[in-house]
Amino acid sequence: MVTVPFFSPVAVQRCPHVPALVPSQVSVPPGALDCWVFLSCLEVLQRIEGCCDRAQIDSNIAHTVGLWSYATEKLKSLGYLCGLVSEKGPNSEDLNRTVDLLAGLGAERPETANTAQSPYKKLKEALSSVEAFEKHYLDLSHATIEMYTSIGRIRSAKFVGKDLAEFYMRKKLPQKAEMYLQGALKNYLAEGWALPITHTRKQLAECQKHLGQIENYLQTSSLLASDRHLSEEERKYFCREILNFASQQPASPGHKIVLPMQSFAQLRDLHFTPSNAVVHVGGVLSVEITVCSQMPVAVHVEQIAINVHFSIEKNNYRKTAEWLTKHKTSNGIINFPVETSPFPESQNSLPALELYETFERSPSDNSLNTTGIICKNVHMLLRRQESSTSLETPSGVALEDGAHVLKCSSVTLEPGANTITFRTQAKEPGTYTLRQLCASLGPVWFVLPHIYPLVQYDVYSQEPQLHVEPLADSLLAGIPQKVKFTVTTGHYTVKNGDSLQLSNAEAMFILCHAENRAVISSNTREKASDASFRVQSSDKVTSISLPAAPAYHMIEFELEVLSLPSAPATGGESKMLGMTEPQRKHKDTQKAAHCMATTDHKVSIDCPWSIYSTVIALTFSVPFRTRHSLLSAGTRKYVQVCVQNLSELDFQLSDSKLVDTSGSTDLQLIPLNTTSQQHIYSKQSVFFVWELKWTREPPPSLHCQFSVGFSPASEERLSISLKPYTYEFQVENFFTLYNVKAEILPPVGTEHCKTGSLCSLEVSITRLSDLLEVDKDEALTESDEYFSTKLMYEVVDNSSNWAVCGKSSGVISMPVAAQATHRVHMEVMPLFAGYLPLPDVRLFKYLPHHSAHSSQLDADSWIENDSLSVDKQVDDQLDSSSLRSRASVHSATGSEHKGLPMPRLQALPPGQVFNSSTGTQILVIPSKDDHVLEVSVT
Amino acid sequence: MAVCVAVIAKENYPLYIRSVPTENELKFHYMVHTSLDVVDEKISAMGKALVDQRELYLGLLYPTEDYKVTFPNQLCSYGYVTNSRVKFVMVVDSSNTALRDNEIRSMFRKLHNSYTDVMCNPFYNPGDRIQSRWAAALLGLPPSLCSSALLKGTVLR
Repeated sequence: MVTVPFFSPVAVQRCPHVPALVPSQVSVPPGALDCWVFLSCLEVLQRIEGCCDRAQIDSNIAHTVGLWSYATEKLKSLGYLCGLVSEKGPNSEDLNRTVDLLAGLGAERPETANTAQSPYKKLKEALSSVEAFEKHYLDLSHATIEMYTSIGRIRSAKFVGKDLAEFYMRKKLPQKAEMYLQGALKNYLAEGWALPITHTRKQLAECQKHLGQIENYLQTSSLLASDRHLSEEERKYFCREILNFASQQPASPGHKIVLPMQSFAQLRDLHFTPSNAVVHVGGVLSVEITVCSQMPVAVHVEQIAINVHFSIEKNNYRKTAEWLTKHKTSNGIINFPVETSPFPESQNSLPALELYETFERSPSDNSLNTTGIICKNVHMLLRRQESSTSLETPSGVALEDGAHVLKCSSVTLEPGANTITFRTQAKEPGTYTLRQLCASLGPVWFVLPHIYPLVQYDVYSQEPQLHVEPLADSLLAGIPQKVKFTVTTGHYTVKNGDSLQLSNAEAMFILCHAENRAVISSNTREKASDASFRVQSSDKVTSISLPAAPAYHMIEFELEVLSLPSAPATGGESKMLGMTEPQRKHKDTQKAAHCMATTDHKVSIDCPWSIYSTVIALTFSVPFRTRHSLLSAGTRKYVQVCVQNLSELDFQLSDSKLVDTSGSTDLQLIPLNTTSQQHIYSKQSVFFVWELKWTREPPPSLHCQFSVGFSPASEERLSISLKPYTYEFQVENFFTLYNVKAEILPPVGTEHCKTGSLCSLEVSITRLSDLLEVDKDEALTESDEYFSTKLMYEVVDNSSNWAVCGKSSGVISMPVAAQATHRVHMEVMPLFAGYLPLPDVRLFKYLPHHSAHSSQLDADSWIENDSLSVDKQVDDQLDSSSLRSRASVHSATGSEHKGLPMPRLQALPPGQVFNSSTGTQILVIPSKDDHVLEVSVT
Repeated sequence: MAVCVAVIAKENYPLYIRSVPTENELKFHYMVHTSLDVVDEKISAMGKALVDQRELYLGLLYPTEDYKVTFPNQLCSYGYVTNSRVKFVMVVDSSNTALRDNEIRSMFRKLHNSYTDVMCNPFYNPGDRIQSRWAAALLGLPPSLCSSALLKGTVLR
C-alpha cells in the first residue's frame, strides 16, 4: 500500500496548478494515485480558503481553478474505476477495488479528524455509495464550471460540462446531458474544430436517440453520416438509421420531417437545355442537375423536386438573355459554390458581397430619378449570422408550397456525383425561378431552402411576324435584287395552303422562278427542314404559298425583285443652260454626287394570321447619275450625255440611244458613239455625244430622251430582259445666232505687240441668221420691215493680261439679218509678254425698260435684278483680276440710270453665241526698256 | 519532445494540428482547444504592450497528465502568438526530461519560421488549413506520415 506523501502547501501555492510531485517508478494499485492527487488538491484548496478572505479567493480563481478541475477529473476517474457511475451500481469486483482504495487511505490525520468536513471525509464518503459520489461529483463539477465561466474560460467550462454530460449519459439521464452537449457543440462549431465537433455530435446523437427527439436525431445522423472524420462503418450506421426510419410506416400519415439538404447532398451544378433557358410556350425544357451525395451508401430517393416560383413578366426575355451572358458560361452551366461546412461560419467562408448599381428612371422623360447600390445576396449574409444555431435546429428550413414543381421520381443517389434530369413542358409565359430543392425519403424530406445563385428560366409566347429585308446594303433599281423574307411563326402553325398576298407596286416586280426553296428552322436557329414553295403572280397580286411549318419556327426564303430604272425627272431651266449652270446650283449637285437618287416602293402584304395587312417599304437606288450639255462649233451643234456610275457594281452599257421626243422629222441626231458594249466601272463615267442636224429652221427647244441598256458586268446571263435606263432632258435656244470674233492687231508698223504699248482690238459681231422665232422679244425693234435688236458687248479680261483702255462695253443696235456684221474697235494694252489669250468678249441682250414691268416692280428691284444678272456671268470666272472690269460694268450700267427704271441685260444662251476666237493667242514681246523681268515658275 | 503541434488562426480555428501518438488525436484536440482559454487570457493581459516590444512566447499554459494509468506522463502545453495573432500551441512530454525554457523558445522560433515559409507560398490561401509536412521535423515524424492530408482519413476512435 502507498502512503500519501506529505507535501508543502506553500510549494503548491507558489505554483498552484502544477501537481508538485509525481511519484515515478512506484508501483501502485489502480486508483491510488488518483486518490492521492484528489486529496492533495483539496487539501491545498482548503488551506488557501483557510488563510484568505472571500475577496482574495475570488481574485485568485484563475490560479485555483486548475486544482478544482484536476480534483473533479480525479474523482470522475475514481468513480468510473469503482463502478459508481454505471446504471446498475458497482459489481463485486468494483467493490473489492473500492475496499482496497479505502484501506489504502489509512486513518484520517489527526488535525482534521474532528472537523465536519475534510477532503479525507469527502473522498471516503464519495467512494462509499453511488448517491454520495453523485452528490460530490456534481458539486465539484458545478463549482468548477462556475469558476471557469466566471473568469471567462468558456472552453474549459464546456470541456468539464462534456465530462458531466458523459456522466449523465452513464446514469441514463439524457435530458440533463443534452444541454451540456449542445453547449459544447455550439462552441466547437463556432470555432471550427472538426474532431471535437464529430465526437460531441456522436454523443449528442446518442443522447437525442434516448430522448426520442426524432427530428434532431435524424439531422444529427445525417450530419454524422456525411462526416469524413468518422470511419466508414460509423457513417454507414448513421445512414442506416435514417433509412430505417424512412422505411417505417409513419405514425401519423402526412407528417413530414424536414431536414436541411446540405448534409445529405450538395447541389453542384445545373444545366438547362436549351442552354439559354428560354423556351416558347409548349416547348420542352430540361434541367439537368448534378448533386453530390454525402451519404456513404447508395440511397434510393422516392422523389426529387424543385419548387419553382412563377412570375408574369412578359417580354423580358431579352433581359434574361443579357443576364445569361453575364452569369452563365457559354455552355449554360451554372455552378454552385461548394460549402465547406467544417469551417466556422464566422470567418472567411462568408460570400463576397454581390453589389449592383440600380438606376430608376422616370417613365415619362427617362430622366434619372434615383440611383443606388443593391446587394443581391443579402439573404446569404444575413442567414450566416444565425446559421451556427440553425445548423442544428431544423426549424430554419421552411418548406415552400409552390404550384409549379419539377419532379423526378425514384432516383438512386450513389455516393458522390449524381446527375438528375427534369423535363417540363412550358405552359404559361413568364419567368420561372428555381427556389427550393427537396429530396424525399418517405416522411423524411431533405430541403435546400434557397438555390443560389439565382436560377431562372423563361417561357415566352410570340406573335407571328414577317420581316422583309434586302440582302445587300441598298437595293439597286433596274437589276434583279434579292430580298429576304423571314416569317417567324410564333404561336401560329403554318398550314399547307397558307399564303402571303403581295399587292404589286407599280414599278416593282417580283420575279418568279420555277423553283423556290425555303429553309424552316426552329427558333433557336437549328435548321429543321428545307421546303419548296410556289410563287404565283397576276398583274395585281403576287401570291406566295408558304410551306407548312410548326409553331415557333422560322421560314426564311429569298425572292428577287426588280424596280424600273427611271432617272428622276430633270430638265429645269438651270439644266438647260448646260455648261453655264450657275455656281450655286453646281454646289448642290456636287453634294449629291455621291449619293444615289432613291425611289420607294410600298408593298402591302396580307398574312394568313392577321386580318390587317403589313406594309413594307423597299427603297431602291438608281445606280446612275446623268448630265447633259450642249456643245457648239460654229453653227454645228452637239449634245453630250455623261453617265456616272454611283454604285459599287460594274455594268455593261449597250444600245445607247437619243431620240427627239417631239418627233420632228427635220431634226436628226447622229450618234458619234461606238456601237459595241461599253464597260462602266464603279464610280466612273461614260460620255456619249450626238451631232444635231436639221434641215429647216430649228425649233426653239428640243426634247430628248436618252436611253441606254445596262446589265451587271459580273453576271453571265440574266434570265429576264432588263429595261433600259432612261433620262429625259430639254435643250433650248440651241441655234447659233451670233458669231463673235475678236482680233488684236499690233500697232501700225510693228510686227508684234509689245508690253506696255497700245494695240487695237477688233471685235466683229456677225448675225448668222435671219429673223427667227427666238428673236421675237422685247429687244426687237421694227421699222419699215427692218428689224434690229439691241445687244450689249463687254470686253472682260479675267486673267489681267490686258488693260482695256477706254470704254470696255457698249450697246449696239444689231440688224436682224443674216451676215449683218457690227465691228467695234478698242484699245488694249498687254501687260505681260508671251502668248497671251485674247480677252473675253461677251454679248448680252439689252432689253429696254418696259412700262408694264416697271408698274409691277419698283426701281430698286430693277436695279437689283439687273445687277444680279450681270453678276451671274461674272461670278463664273470669279477671280481677283476681274474686279476691275466688273466695277466698270457696274458704273457703266448703274450710274447712268440711277433712280430710273433701268433697261435689263439678259445673257444670251450659250448656244446662241459662238465665239470663234476662243482659245486663240497672240504673241506679245517684251518692250526693251523693261527693267523688271518677271519670272514665274509654276 | 513535442508530442503535438497546433497552429491556430486568429479566429481560433485550427490551421494545422498534428500529434505523434495518432491514436490519441482527439484528446490532443481537446487539450489544445481548452488551452486556448489560457492563451486568450495571456494575450489580453499583455494586450496593452507595444506590438514590437511584445514577447511572442507565452510560456507554460497548461499542465496535464496522460490518462494512461500504468505510465503517467507529464504533458505541458506551451503557447506562442505571432504579431498577426496566429497562435502556436505545443504540447511537450516532459515526464522524463525537463525541457528548459530556451529549448521551447527555439522550437517555437523554428515553428514560426516554417509558418512564415508556408505563408510565402503563393499557392497557399491565407486562412486555409495547412496541408504540408512543414511541422513534421519538430515532431520528429517521417515526412511521408505527415504529408497525409489533415482533412481526410482522420478517424476518431
